[in-house]
Amino acid sequence: MSGFGILAQQPVIPNFGAGSKCETENHAFCTGWVADHWSDTLQPALLQHIKLAAIAVAIGFVLAFAAALVAYRYRRADQPIGLLSDFLYTIPSLALFQLLVPLTGLTVTTVEVALVSYTLLILYRNILEGLRGVPVEVREAARGMGLTRLQSLVRVELPLAVPSIMAGVRIATVSTISIATVAAFVIPEGLGRPIFIAIGQDVFKTEIIAAGGLAILLALAADGLLVLLGRALTPWRNA
Amino acid sequence: MIRLVADSFSWGTFPDAVRFIADNPGLLWHKSVQHMELSGAAIGIALLLALPLGVVLGHLGRGSFVAISVSNLGRALPSLVLIAFALFVSGHFFLNNMAALVVLGVPPILTNAYFGIEGVDRNVVEAARGMGMSGRDILLRIELPLALPLIVAGIRIAAVFIIATATIAAVAGGGGLGDVIVNQATYHLSGVVGASLVVSLLAFGAALVLALLRKLLTRRHVSAD
Repeated sequence: MSGFGILAQQPVIPNFGAGSKCETENHAFCTGWVADHWSDTLQPALLQHIKLAAIAVAIGFVLAFAAALVAYRYRRADQPIGLLSDFLYTIPSLALFQLLVPLTGLTVTTVEVALVSYTLLILYRNILEGLRGVPVEVREAARGMGLTRLQSLVRVELPLAVPSIMAGVRIATVSTISIATVAAFVIPEGLGRPIFIAIGQDVFKTEIIAAGGLAILLALAADGLLVLLGRALTPWRNA
Repeated sequence: MIRLVADSFSWGTFPDAVRFIADNPGLLWHKSVQHMELSGAAIGIALLLALPLGVVLGHLGRGSFVAISVSNLGRALPSLVLIAFALFVSGHFFLNNMAALVVLGVPPILTNAYFGIEGVDRNVVEAARGMGMSGRDILLRIELPLALPLIVAGIRIAAVFIIATATIAAVAGGGGLGDVIVNQATYHLSGVVGASLVVSLLAFGAALVLALLRKLLTRRHVSAD
C-alpha cells in the first residue's frame, strides 16, 4: 500500500517507450537508440533497401542492354529509344511512383517499375557509347580474322566497352539507392521509412541521421565495390 | 503518409485525375507558384555558387579532382535524406528546403561548367593566344561560347532535379505540389495523381525551355563563322 502512496505523489509524465534523456530531449545523436533499434528498425530497412536497388539495377541492365544492342545494330532505333528514356528521366520520382499506383497499387512492383525507368537512360547511353567507341580498325581486324558478327561482339566489342558500361552501372546504382528512399511514400520498405517516421515524430534527429547516413554509406560502398568489379573485369587495363 | 482512403487502383483514376485538375485550377495554380518559387530560388543560388566556380576552375585547368568528387558525392546524397537533414538547419521551412535543393543543384552545374570549359580544344585556345587575346578575352569570347551547350545541359539537369525534389520537400513543410501528393486523405487518389501530372509537366516544361535555349545559343554561334 505504501508503494501506491509514493506513486500518487509523482506527477504523471508520459513515457515514450524506454526513451533515455538523450532521446526525449532529442539531442543530435543518441548512440543508445541506434544500438537498441539496429535489429528491429535499421537493419531490416537497410536490407530492404539493398534488395530494392539490386533488383532495379539488374532488371534495368537487362532491358537497357537489349535496347542498346538493337540501337547498335539498327542506328535508326537510337533516336526513339533515346527520346523515350530521356522523357522518363524527366518525371519527378515521387510523381512517377504515384502515377503508377492506379495501375499496380501500393506494391513493390510500383516501386521497381519506377526505379527501373530511372536506370534505363544512364545504362542505355553508356552501353551504346561504349560499343560505338570501339575503333573501326579493331572491328575490321576481328572480321578479318574470320570472327562472325556475333563472335566479334562477344569477344572483342563488348570487352572493350566494359569501362563505359561499368561507369553507367556505377551511376545507375548510386542514383537508384538514392531514389529508393522515396519508395517509402508508397510501400513501408527501405531506408526512407525510418526517415519518414522520424520526421513525423517531431523530427527525431537520431533516427534521421542514422538512416540517412546508412543510405549515403550504402551508396558510397556500392560505388567502391563496382570500381573494384570494373577493375577485375578488365585486367588488361591495370598493367 | 498513412493512406486513410481505400481508393481503388484502376485506369479510371487517370480520367478522374484530369477532372481533378479541371475542377481545382485555383488550388493547383497556387501550389505550382509555391513550387516554382522554391525551385527558382534554389536554381538561382545554385547557379550563382556553381557557375563562376566551375568556369574559373575550368579556365585555369585546375581542380578536376574537386569537380569529379563534387559530382560523385552529389549523386550519393539521397534527396529525401538531404531534405530531412535540412530540417536541422533553422526553424524556417523555406530556407531549410532551399538549402537542401541548392546542395542538390550545385554538382551538375559545377561539373558541366568545369568540363565544358576545360574540354575546349587546346589548339583553338592556343590560336587565340597567338592572336594576342588576353586570358579574359579567351575565356569570354572563345571558351564560354564553345562550352555553352554543356553548361546549359548541366543547368537543365539541375533544374529537373530541383523541381523533382521540391515535391519531396512537402514532408518538411515545403508546400508546393508535393503538399497535394502526400495528402491522399484530403485529395483522394485522383488529386494525388492529378498533382503528379502537373509536377511532371512543370519538370518537362523546364527541360524543354532549357533544351530550346541550348539550341538557340549554339545556332547563333555556329552561324557566326
